[in-house]
Amino acid sequence: MTTPPESVPRERRLHPVTPLRRAWAPVAVIAGWAVHDPDQAQRQLMRLTTTVLLAALAAAVLGAALYGFLSWWFTHFSVTDTELRIRTGLVFRRTAHIRLERIQAVDVTQPLLARVAGVAKLKLDVVGTDKKDELAYLGQEEARVLRAELLARAAGFAPETVHEVGEAPVRQLLHVPARVLAVSLVLTGATWGTLAAALVVPPLLWFATHSVWTVLATALPLLGAAGASSVGRFVAEYDWTVGESPDGLRIDHGLLDRTHETVPPGRVQTIHIVEPLLWRRRGWVRIELDVAGSSNSVLIPVAPREVAESVIARVLPGVTVPATLARPPRRAGRCLPLWWRGYGIAVTDTVFVARHGLLRRSIALVPHAKVQSVRLEQGPWQRRQGLADVRVDTGANKTVTARLRDASEAAELLYAQADRALTGRREARPDRWMA
Amino acid sequence: METGTSENAGQTAGRPAGRAAGVPADEPVWIALPPGLLRMRRLLLVVWLGLLTLATGLLLGLFAGPVWAAFALLPLAALLWGWPMLGRNWRSWRYAERADDLLISRGVLWHEETVVPYGRMQLVEVTSGPVERHFGLASVQLHTAAAATDARIPGLVPAEAERLRDRLTELGEARSAGL
Repeated sequence: MTTPPESVPRERRLHPVTPLRRAWAPVAVIAGWAVHDPDQAQRQLMRLTTTVLLAALAAAVLGAALYGFLSWWFTHFSVTDTELRIRTGLVFRRTAHIRLERIQAVDVTQPLLARVAGVAKLKLDVVGTDKKDELAYLGQEEARVLRAELLARAAGFAPETVHEVGEAPVRQLLHVPARVLAVSLVLTGATWGTLAAALVVPPLLWFATHSVWTVLATALPLLGAAGASSVGRFVAEYDWTVGESPDGLRIDHGLLDRTHETVPPGRVQTIHIVEPLLWRRRGWVRIELDVAGSSNSVLIPVAPREVAESVIARVLPGVTVPATLARPPRRAGRCLPLWWRGYGIAVTDTVFVARHGLLRRSIALVPHAKVQSVRLEQGPWQRRQGLADVRVDTGANKTVTARLRDASEAAELLYAQADRALTGRREARPDRWMA
Repeated sequence: METGTSENAGQTAGRPAGRAAGVPADEPVWIALPPGLLRMRRLLLVVWLGLLTLATGLLLGLFAGPVWAAFALLPLAALLWGWPMLGRNWRSWRYAERADDLLISRGVLWHEETVVPYGRMQLVEVTSGPVERHFGLASVQLHTAAAATDARIPGLVPAEAERLRDRLTELGEARSAGL
């Protein structure tokens, strides 16, 4: 393939199956109406003759097919040296130019049907992009090649060599066995909580109201929630693999819907180590991460603590999770009885660490370079006790709070953290990680 | 100073006191807000609560009897209470430009202090509503990549607001950094 000159980037269309994903829209609308109001729907359908029904259905399908075809025909994308450009829209024109050095993450996802059809979605996570900026659908192989090309360009390889660079080699860091994942879900309170609610609430409602519709209207969402938090999570987190490559972190997972994420180096804003109560005996933790503009937040669904910490050391180079955290002073108990014991902070050369939660412990690590602003807050009751909260805002629009610190310690922490944010930035890696 | 007892800390919080035992060269120079904001807020308070007092007093006095008109004392009390409160709140607002970051301190009961490194600024905004314009005031708002960063300085003189905006943009450019 020859690289086209910068002035006329080669425009491409999405995969030809794309129009089909719109075709089910009218069917979904009718189904939604039928579920929402079954009596009315039945009466209306009885009135119509078969011919009218068929004609209406044909018209709807045709209309949807036409809409799908036109939206596919008018969607183009191209990759220039610095940008991904998406041009779309028949009536309302929309052009998005996404700067490649601003990439926070690249997601390639394959829902079940897309896997059958051999296509995939590609989404660039940049601050401000949303669902309409994803490229759906591309051929499986095309998506892989495009991802490699986008990452190579974003990494700062010379434009001529981008096509030869190809996919960066991946070294597997961790794989979550299905058995461990299943046990971890069994040991999660949310799974049992939703299941218990789904089993207890509908019978109670039945005794109280004797109305089938009320019971169904509450039982279905509850069952759905119970399913999503147990089976749904198992299916989504099945075969969880974390790998490391020069292009950053690779996260692949899913049983039915496959997801392949790439987080380039230096994009992680915060790491959370979550330790539910029932996992503590086994020494398991769950690792979540915040990346600006990305909706996904799980790095490792479940892993032994040492393994998780070794992965963290790869994600945030030079970071060790401090063993001991400083608790708030005893008088914090007057602000928040008992639960004050769950709080704690530590500051290392590279990260700001804050812990919260007593039963379900959660430790947040913020690299100093990612701190956007630091705030000190003190309410009237806290002032009486000589306490204050310190909040650290990160670029992923999240805030990490060190609660109930001694007031003078908090004031010092505020300024010291602002200084560290500055020095941390100077040592941070450049946006183009291969340059 | 901040190292005092809790009661002491409560008293010094509203006053422009330097911070304890820092680097002397980097001691923040606090700037208070001009009196225009206090004037505007007090005038708005008097106008609205004064009108409310009059309206309640007159309406209840005419239609429900003079005893009910005593309810007009409620907005009046709010006005009398609000007058010094606005003063306290106004005195608590201050900001300082340090070498590498901007400090904003505010609030009496709910005290809040914000530090924003210049390099993290994504956008500096100067806004001025119709009432603010009438009083010759403008607000400066800083945006970083984190929406939680609530760095706003209200009630500045437009010239100062523009100076601050230009200086912040200049410093932000010099120290600019990605996410």
